[in-house]
Amino acid sequence: MPIFAPVGRMFLAFFAVVGRVTVFAVKTVGHCVTPRFYFRLIFKQMCEIGYFSLPVVAMTTLFAGMVLALQSYSGFSRFSAESAVATVVVISMTRELGPVLAGLMVAGRVGAAIAAEIGTMRVTEQIDALVTLSTNPFKYLVVPRVLAGLLTLPLLVFIGDIIGVLGGYIVGVHKLDFNSGSYIKNTFEYLEVLDVVSGLVKASVFGFIITLMGCYHGYHSKGGAHGVGQATTNAVVSSSILILISNYVVTELFFTR
Amino acid sequence: MTDNPKISLRDVHKSFGPKKVLQGIDLDVAPGESVAIIGGSGTGKSVTLKCILGLLDADQGSILVNGEQMVGASRSLRETVLSKTGMLFQSAALFDSMNVWENIAFGLIEGKNISRRAARDIAMERLADVGLGPEIAMLSPATLSGGMQKRVGLARAIATKPEILFFDEPTTGLDPIMGDIINDLIVKCTRDLGASAITITHDMASARKIADRIAMIYQGRIIWNGAVSEIDSADNPFLRQFVAGDIEGPLDLDLKHL
Ligand SMILES: Nc1ncnc2c1ncn2[C@@H]1O[C@H](COP(=O)(O)OP(=O)(O)OP(=O)(O)O)[C@@H](O)[C@H]1O
Ligand SMILES: [Mg+2]
Repeated sequence: MPIFAPVGRMFLAFFAVVGRVTVFAVKTVGHCVTPRFYFRLIFKQMCEIGYFSLPVVAMTTLFAGMVLALQSYSGFSRFSAESAVATVVVISMTRELGPVLAGLMVAGRVGAAIAAEIGTMRVTEQIDALVTLSTNPFKYLVVPRVLAGLLTLPLLVFIGDIIGVLGGYIVGVHKLDFNSGSYIKNTFEYLEVLDVVSGLVKASVFGFIITLMGCYHGYHSKGGAHGVGQATTNAVVSSSILILISNYVVTELFFTR
Repeated sequence: MTDNPKISLRDVHKSFGPKKVLQGIDLDVAPGESVAIIGGSGTGKSVTLKCILGLLDADQGSILVNGEQMVGASRSLRETVLSKTGMLFQSAALFDSMNVWENIAFGLIEGKNISRRAARDIAMERLADVGLGPEIAMLSPATLSGGMQKRVGLARAIATKPEILFFDEPTTGLDPIMGDIINDLIVKCTRDLGASAITITHDMASARKIADRIAMIYQGRIIWNGAVSEIDSADNPFLRQFVAGDIEGPLDLDLKHL
């Protein structure tokens, strides 16, 4: 049958990529825990990935929190359960929306930038030049970015959570006429530590995925400017999909027993 | 060639898919010797250097550097050997996230753990060696002309005073006077510092000046290999055509469609 061959080829190609990414990930983790460490570069990447993503993440989580308050109010008022708005906002923000929105925004911003930078270094032989200057490109390029992603995304998401809750508060108090004190009390009354922690763990996982995919696609790009463009697209698409998949997996690990 | 060669290639093969680029390269470089590789565009000269450095894996054959087998070598062995080599890339391959002096000092700071200050002073000296003034030290490599980038790349390759040097077309894109300054610099690095060098060049005048020996590569093999003094008396028809720059001759130039 002529349809089996192309389908089979696609599957094989898919598994080949999964294998290569896995090898890349294992290699990266290996280099993360063995010297030498470029602390200066890790710090620089933390600024690049964390600090400079703050405005984007703040904007998205602020409006997400605001719209969440508005929507849940109009939904819950049908059951006269308006008092649940604050709880809904804080739980959905910390568990889901904070990490996922921040993850997707950072994937677009940072994942693309990493893939483009490392990809350009690959096609202009700068990575080869690193090797000839006795510097390991994994330790010098990949590890600082991946560690920075792993460490800064939780911080970023934590700040995003606070801003999102603040957005909900602004809408709740100024538009929906909640009492400020009782809104704040409702926010914290049913919030559990696990809600926040699970979101931060997700953020860390997303940070790993975003930087790893950026590095992987950049590192293996070939064919000049066109290849770098393709690497950038692939990095953003693959990390976005992996974020949504791993989001489900982590949620399941945390909340089903 | 009395003692063991610094670099020794035997029957090195390398293909890209169906395309056979290297088909049995044999080449020896003695300690302190300077060899020029000549040959047509796209014959695999750059690929040969990258195979020696381990940037590309040779498919078959043996590559000894300092007596150590580089084909299939472990990472740590390769790093040890690479710490004694310097390479000028055909495209210069400067790091565009750093300025000029940081590029030159990179091997000193990262590889040899020299302080930034001391490395900067050495970088400024190397910059002067390649005929560039201190005013460009703080510039980004992207703002330099092609010839200037080449010279910065050269300064970076020799900054750590390596035992083995590879130059991929060091004088391409330079005016004749600057080309001569670079030739002198390469001679100084090899003759005075005793480094072994392989230089790829298209410029016969430069090859005569910097090399002790010339090897010509054609169709994936070294078809002629001899002292510079023999080059004019050699009766290899391929070499004669290449040196004379004639279109008529035995070299298959792939120009049939013209
Ligand atoms: N990474 C690669 N992938 C596929 N083919 C390659 C690769 N690198 C080189 N080649 C091919 O190998 C052949 C030799 O390339 P190489 O760069 O060694 O040429 P060269 O002798 O240095 O030529 P030039 O004098 O123009 O620099 C070319 O035909 C090139 O297409
Ligand atoms: Mg070349």
